[in-house]
Amino acid sequence: MPNRNISLRRQMTDYFFTGLAASLSVIVVSALIAILAYLVLRGAGSLNLSFLTQTPKPVGETGGGMANALLGSVMILGIASLFGVPVGIGAGIYLAEYGRNRLGQLVRFTSDVLNGVPSIVIGLVAYGLVVLPQRHFSAFAGGVALAIMMIPTVARTTEEMLLLVPHAVREAAFGIGIPQWRTTISITLPTARAGIITGVMLAFARVAGETAPLMFTAFGNQFWSFSANQPIAALPLQIFTYAITPYDDWHRQAWAGALMLVILIVGTTTLVRFVFMRRMLGGAR
Amino acid sequence: MATAVEVHDLKAWFGKTEALHGINMAVEAKHATAVIGPSGCGKSTFIRCLNRMHETNPEAKSEGTVRVGGVDVYEMPAVDVRRRVGMVFQKPNPFPTMTIYDNVAAGLKLNGTHNRKILDDIVEHSLQQAALWDEVKDILKKQSGASLSGGQQQRLCIARALAVSPEVMLMDEPASALDPISTAKIEDLIFELKQKLTIVIVTHNMQQASRVAEFTGFFLMGNLIEFDKTEKIFTNPSDKRTEDYITGRFG
Repeated sequence: MPNRNISLRRQMTDYFFTGLAASLSVIVVSALIAILAYLVLRGAGSLNLSFLTQTPKPVGETGGGMANALLGSVMILGIASLFGVPVGIGAGIYLAEYGRNRLGQLVRFTSDVLNGVPSIVIGLVAYGLVVLPQRHFSAFAGGVALAIMMIPTVARTTEEMLLLVPHAVREAAFGIGIPQWRTTISITLPTARAGIITGVMLAFARVAGETAPLMFTAFGNQFWSFSANQPIAALPLQIFTYAITPYDDWHRQAWAGALMLVILIVGTTTLVRFVFMRRMLGGAR
Repeated sequence: MATAVEVHDLKAWFGKTEALHGINMAVEAKHATAVIGPSGCGKSTFIRCLNRMHETNPEAKSEGTVRVGGVDVYEMPAVDVRRRVGMVFQKPNPFPTMTIYDNVAAGLKLNGTHNRKILDDIVEHSLQQAALWDEVKDILKKQSGASLSGGQQQRLCIARALAVSPEVMLMDEPASALDPISTAKIEDLIFELKQKLTIVIVTHNMQQASRVAEFTGFFLMGNLIEFDKTEKIFTNPSDKRTEDYITGRFG
């Protein structure tokens, strides 16, 4: 004979905690929705064709756009991913598959510390490494700064995702005489692919909005630049520049720029997922 | 009668713990040999030494000689040993991102065989040997290995091991995660396979050992207590400890 009081109390506790979890999730989601909604509200009006095709106009003239900054962001992020993703994934592979030693611990520790270094310090490092020797600002220098920021996130997520692949999968490969490097490339990495892509996208999204490290690397530019070797505009820089001016028109453009940045990040993330996930098998997960 | 695997004074460690204390055994070619004993007695460690899987554990080491077809396995590259001595594990472990076809072809493809005709033939032959061909021939390249049932997955793993044409097949409790019907299929398979290759099977199930194996070795606490014809082990063991174990007095 079940005690009715206990079962009632248990039911109430169950309701309470389910409700608590649900309302906390709502808080998390509503913060995101609030930001997005406010961005759209303030920015969508100024996000027109000229914004996407023109360069900034001089002070006093209305109109103009952030087309050069959009291109600049794409270039800088491209350069950053080109360096940051392979290095990060490579380091992650080392940590997961070979890194149970002193060097592995050292790499793990350094990458965690690097993850916590303020972004402006990373910018200074890129300034010292690239800008000073070259004696000029460049898109390349901005890319290097962001690449350094991507590496620890990509490396640690790659490591964690590879470690999630059951040991049985590796054993199966060793058991039929597949060498360890082959196993990693052809079996373990593809098995962990979804998680690694998520990690890469997380790192990408995080650095896409960085402003400080670009200030004395990419520097910014009011005009078109198609060279990795020249100072270049970037959305976060342009947003910052416009937002601290007293002009209403530039404020509106800053909002549109912020919205554009979010669209760029969400768009890239979705595209990458779509392209890579589609190659996964229908039957498996 | 020929010897397929000759084990001499084999010792194995995990860190500082000695798990095997000097095992001697001669495994008969083209027969099935069962390895029985209570949990933790070293039977899995023993067969994992035969194809050098033991040393994939960073803490592990081993000592002594294991000869396969007369050649010491510690004198050849580990990957070559594992192609000659295949392995099937306790839990079915197909490669989750690969199709059924690619699972079977993996051992060849990832070691450089890319001829379509050769691959097609070997995949079909291996799946037929593993008695899985009829069930999967229409979905070979459409479905993932992980989409099959547990029993089918285990036969897929057997096919995958057969595809690299090993001389010896090690089976580490291959049916312990399967239902009785799938188990019966695996046992039938062992009967077929031992016409062509040597089988060493670890099992907790003594009826299974007596059904499939001509020879049986009884392990206890890292020692091979008794090794003889299966019939002898189960009807008239020479060692008291073997008798206690098979009559269920411990273990």
